Amino acid sequence: MFGREFYIDPSRCIGCRSCMAACAECESHRGVSMIHVDYIDRPNSIATVPMVCMHCDEPTCAMVCPADAIKKGEDGVVRSALKPRCIACSNCVLACPFGIPKVHLDVELMMKCDMCYDRTSVGLKPMCATVCPSQALSYLPAETVKETRRGHPVNDFRFGNEHVSTLVSMIAPAEAPVIAVDVVDYMWENRDADQYEA
Amino acid sequence: MPTNTKPDRPLWTEEFSVYAPEDKFVLRRQFSKFLVLTSFGMLAGNVWILFRSFLGRSNPKYAAKEIGLASQLQRGDVRLFNYPTNNDPCIMVRTRSGKLAAYSQKCTHLSCAVYYSKNENRLECPCHEGFFSAEDGTVLQGPPPRPLPLIQIEQRGNQLFAIGVVENREKS
Repeated sequence: MFGREFYIDPSRCIGCRSCMAACAECESHRGVSMIHVDYIDRPNSIATVPMVCMHCDEPTCAMVCPADAIKKGEDGVVRSALKPRCIACSNCVLACPFGIPKVHLDVELMMKCDMCYDRTSVGLKPMCATVCPSQALSYLPAETVKETRRGHPVNDFRFGNEHVSTLVSMIAPAEAPVIAVDVVDYMWENRDADQYEA
Repeated sequence: MPTNTKPDRPLWTEEFSVYAPEDKFVLRRQFSKFLVLTSFGMLAGNVWILFRSFLGRSNPKYAAKEIGLASQLQRGDVRLFNYPTNNDPCIMVRTRSGKLAAYSQKCTHLSCAVYYSKNENRLECPCHEGFFSAEDGTVLQGPPPRPLPLIQIEQRGNQLFAIGVVENREKS
């Protein structure tokens, strides 16, 4: 929209949680952040990554929704669940490969990042990208990203055999055209993943 | 930018599309809105019909057409002709009282052709036994909802001319 795209740069994240605080300020969901700041490898590192909705071209959360509550708009933004329809079944929570949707059982509603479409539709940055001090979350024209970032944006992901292309890009090291995740590795978390690489 | 490309997909993805513009799910509120708006539409339509019926309708004018000689029709005789166009069959009778009367031959019920019954001095529709008076075309019995349209005739010397059609006689 307006020639700008959303980029997540995990290498820039300093874990300050400004994005979460800014998101929680929004009057449509005051006090609840739609962003998670995840630890990548908690026992060995303090590295964090901010996770906003990636807005998949074929949103898995919406496709598994039995109540038809999650919709993707013409702008490509996957909306938060529609309140009259959502039954808080958590199917979307289980289905999302990025772990974005969260169900709030007190109000029986799934809420997730909707890229502040009230702001982006009028040319403003999403709130998190506005406040991020290190621009790990940024809303920029593609040329600016090319000029100013070392990595290159990827919006193509593979989870096992599942191919997911997204609206939001992740800035990855230059040698990775597609981010592939071997899902089977993560099914055996208590074992050493190296054993299964062959 | 988003590419809403749609490859071959199962039917449910069409019926319950995840794309908001293709959403066919009807909310209770949308349905109520539809009901209310259509009711208002019906009301407006009925008011319009009422308004039109107060105005009344004028009978259109048609050119006069020659339909034969008056002297050839004796009492109880019938002549068929077409007026105002060739697709409008009409029937002219000289009734028992000696009056010349012409009507559209189409029954006002379901457009069957009506015939003159000499014995009863009435026009009869055989389809559903709708009977019309031969004197003025009014309904005597049966399903027809209104009288037969009257064909106005004029006698110029011995020559008969159809000069007009009176469709709805109650109003004029």
